[in-house]
Amino acid sequence: MNIPYTVEVRPDTGLTNGKFGIWLFLASEVMLFGALFSSYILLRVGAPEWPHNELSVTLGTINTIILISSSVTMVMAWASLKMNYWGKHRMYLSLTFVLAAIFLVNKYFEYKEHFEAGQGPWHDTFFAIYFTLTGLHGLHILGGMVVMAYFLGPGAKLWKKNPEQFTNRIEITGLYWHFVDLVWIFLFPVLYLL
Amino acid sequence: MHSDPAEVRKSVRSYITVFVALMVFTVITVAASRFHFAVPIAITVALIIAAMKGSMVAGVFMHLSHEKQAIYGALLLTLVFFFVLLFIPVLTNMDHIGVPR
Repeated sequence: MNIPYTVEVRPDTGLTNGKFGIWLFLASEVMLFGALFSSYILLRVGAPEWPHNELSVTLGTINTIILISSSVTMVMAWASLKMNYWGKHRMYLSLTFVLAAIFLVNKYFEYKEHFEAGQGPWHDTFFAIYFTLTGLHGLHILGGMVVMAYFLGPGAKLWKKNPEQFTNRIEITGLYWHFVDLVWIFLFPVLYLL
Repeated sequence: MHSDPAEVRKSVRSYITVFVALMVFTVITVAASRFHFAVPIAITVALIIAAMKGSMVAGVFMHLSHEKQAIYGALLLTLVFFFVLLFIPVLTNMDHIGVPR
């Protein structure tokens, strides 16, 4: 049996099932990260003092620039498909994948530095919430990379069979990816600058 | 969401504009943090800039500026519960059980 409404829109929502599904998933993600941001506020308000300048603003800024750039390359990967430019789509999706990998490599070096200085999650409340928030965000980056790798590899075959469905899948991947970028846009000032 | 290739071609220009704006706002956020404002002002400034950046990503990259009603409905409900969740910690400050008056 075929999954319904992958290309044509459902008459009641005006959307494909996949698109409505990813938005509902993102709504649940808002609540997941919302709970952690709420914990951050509770911990910060309750702490007698809160550490400042514990993290490298330079690395944080570089990672912000990387993620914003990856959001643009992701939306361009989708737009290229809409304009029927397969080669450009491949280039932009590969670029997004590479930028995501660079983000994680930077994060690895950042984590390594803190662990070597004995500043693991056990060190204090700040590092506990820092590792929880950025660790969960990092896992989301990894998840996005797995999906992108699939569409760069075996999943790309769908373009020949059903280009519209493939374009919808890339759009859905993009929505997830922009959400991951959006979370970082808030994490960066909250953890690195305030 | 645009489905017409000509429309998509036009919106590519807005993606580039938003990209430049996001970069500029990132620089402003970092620069503002160097001024060492009082904590409440610093938090307000940083969160206003982050909210502006976030709305650009959601509005343009995620095409939320022209989406279907079903998505707006789901997100509105999420937003309400998100704020409830964010402000639950405030309730703990109002809890005086066991605290001598």
